[in-house]
Amino acid sequence: MTVSTAPLLSASGLAILRGERVLFRGIGLKLLPGEAIVLRGANGAGKTTLLRMLAGLTRPEAGEIARPAPHHWIGHKEGIKPQETPCSHLALWAKAWGSSANIPEILEKMALTRAADVPGRYLSAGQRRRTAFARLLLEDRPLWLLDEPYTALDAAGKTLLDQVISGHLRTNGAIIASMHDTAGFPVTTEVTL
Amino acid sequence: MNAAPIWAAFRQAFAEAWAGGAGALLPLGFLGGAAVLVPLGIGTESSILRAVGPGIIWVALALSSLVTLERIFQADAEDGTLDLWLQTGAPMAAIAAAKTLAHWLAAGLPLALASPLLALMFQAQASLDLIAHLGLYALGSLAFFFWGGVGAALSATVRRGGLLISIIALPLYVPTAIFGALAMTGGIGSDGAPMLLAASTLFACAVAPYAMAAALRLAAD
Repeated sequence: MTVSTAPLLSASGLAILRGERVLFRGIGLKLLPGEAIVLRGANGAGKTTLLRMLAGLTRPEAGEIARPAPHHWIGHKEGIKPQETPCSHLALWAKAWGSSANIPEILEKMALTRAADVPGRYLSAGQRRRTAFARLLLEDRPLWLLDEPYTALDAAGKTLLDQVISGHLRTNGAIIASMHDTAGFPVTTEVTL
Repeated sequence: MNAAPIWAAFRQAFAEAWAGGAGALLPLGFLGGAAVLVPLGIGTESSILRAVGPGIIWVALALSSLVTLERIFQADAEDGTLDLWLQTGAPMAAIAAAKTLAHWLAAGLPLALASPLLALMFQAQASLDLIAHLGLYALGSLAFFFWGGVGAALSATVRRGGLLISIIALPLYVPTAIFGALAMTGGIGSDGAPMLLAASTLFACAVAPYAMAAALRLAAD
């Protein structure tokens, strides 16, 4: 197997204004397959804004982003409708993305089997997070952008997520995650905003 | 173009319109209420009722289409679904159009279906014309939903955006209301009115999705 060394994401000279205030400027990143970048910074430093920019959701005030590879996005809001169950949520996005993944298997991997048919409005915060992370397994995409992935997860959930992320990194995937805690997976670079 | 995300957006929006009780039927109640109360207000003189009937129903149809529009994009912006739709790779205009169409099927088409029945309360003669009118109401409500969708997209991140939607959408409703009512009352120049109604609806369906897409991108920014 040949290991590609082309970056999955590269950005340079990024800057953003929030109102009149410059949140950050001159931020550059380069992410190779198998690498994990962790974004650090106090609340309000602009971690979420930077991630949204890298995902293409927010337009940078200055700078360039090249993202040649498809990516997964897990933000603070899980994107689960009140009437959707974890099972129907995954089925919908599998359909939207043209994925033929085995959904019961993914639900089992994320320890969501018992909650599989519970509508979103009755799911706990942790179960909602697990459902969102289950989307990562629907389709194999090299780049994962995760905004504070440990939020609302219990110890078992964190361990589970660490395993999923580590597995992704081993298979030449790459992640960028904003975090406050110590990461349970090998981190290549830490960027402090 | 990959149509799978568009179809998924349609199905999700349709399911959402019917979730949590019959929320999609709220505009129907609004329309029925307006049509029932007007005859009580203006008396039972059948010639007057017959004259004002189509106009009143068109106004009620326009206003009741606004009732549930607030939620179609606002809910997506609140729960994070909007971020996901923006990243599917499918054109956002197509996804916005699919969502609006689903919403119209759930909440708008019942309005059009009920309109001929309400016309009977305004002393309209029961005839085949009522079936033809059903088509006109359906066309008109489709335009109302697409223009209303632009207002809904622009106010997706505004709390209590309902008023904003009305202010944005009501001026855009004017051609549809004029041609729709004209097509039914049979006044001067009414011959081409159904065609003009259809043309203004097609214009709405062609232009509104791009406006919605641009507004939704801004909402996520």
